[in-house]
Amino acid sequence: MNSNGMSLIVKTVTRLTVGFIFVYGIYIVLHGHISPGGGFAGGVIIALSFVNLMLAYGKQELYHRIPKLFLALFETIGAIMFLGIAILGFMSGYFFYDWFVSKGKPFTIFSAGTIPLSNIAIALKVSSGLFAIFLVLVLIRVTGGTQE
Amino acid sequence: MLELNFIMLFVIIAAFIAVEMKDLLSAVVSVAAAGLGLCIMFLILKAPDIAITQLVVEIFLLIILIRATIRKDLPFSTSGRWFFNTLMTLIFLMVFLTAAYTCLKQIPQFGYPLMRVSKYYLTEGLPKTHATNLVTSILLGFRAYDTLGEATVLFTAVISVLAVMRKKGRKKIGEAEDKYEL
Repeated sequence: MNSNGMSLIVKTVTRLTVGFIFVYGIYIVLHGHISPGGGFAGGVIIALSFVNLMLAYGKQELYHRIPKLFLALFETIGAIMFLGIAILGFMSGYFFYDWFVSKGKPFTIFSAGTIPLSNIAIALKVSSGLFAIFLVLVLIRVTGGTQE
Repeated sequence: MLELNFIMLFVIIAAFIAVEMKDLLSAVVSVAAAGLGLCIMFLILKAPDIAITQLVVEIFLLIILIRATIRKDLPFSTSGRWFFNTLMTLIFLMVFLTAAYTCLKQIPQFGYPLMRVSKYYLTEGLPKTHATNLVTSILLGFRAYDTLGEATVLFTAVISVLAVMRKKGRKKIGEAEDKYEL
């Protein structure tokens, strides 16, 4: 058994539940225009699932497995996607006007025009950004602990 | 609305305890209690969107705060200049209370009139955007420009945190190399 991280009980419970937390975050994001929730809350839940893994298994275990490049990539993709949805409205003379997606029937997932797309973009941005901040703060504690 | 007043009192007491506590970990736990009370208040006021966001952000903040305070117990000096501190606190409290009294007298009764703008959102939100969650339809439909600004703020915050906390600074040509490596 690895020495760093929390005890075996915490590790097992985390391994069983972290997938559910992740899927719940995706559910909150995708149903943001139907039920309470939305891109920001769902993104923070997705980030919390990764934080949960990191707290249970320790920093050294996860440090080599997390692709740091993907975090910046997802963050940038989210930002560009949201900005692109905003600017594409210019094609019909508006800002954020949903002309390229049909509005559909209410109470279904594929409805409400650009709102689900914006939710997904915000969730990508928020989850990767918050997890990147957490990662950086944790790593500073690891390497810079002896100073001061 | 009686339970709302009780929870508000609980939140205020928890906030006072969080400020006055000497032990930092206990203060963080009190902050968590205040946030949970605020979340329940949002639920009673029928705002589940904000309640979810409040709860989730509170958890995230709590983890970061606990990680920051679990090792280092910063000394908190209260000695000296107590007269000046108390005087300034009283003056600021009086200014705040008078300003709040004159301002809060002007606002209408709690939830009583629906303004013209919010009435428009309530009636036209579903037919115009086809989103059944009205909060999302305002946030990403009518007021999406604001949300774009908030997303930009978050983007800037992440970039600045990563820039401040990065491992090695970029040096100019000819500048000496740093001895410490953070």
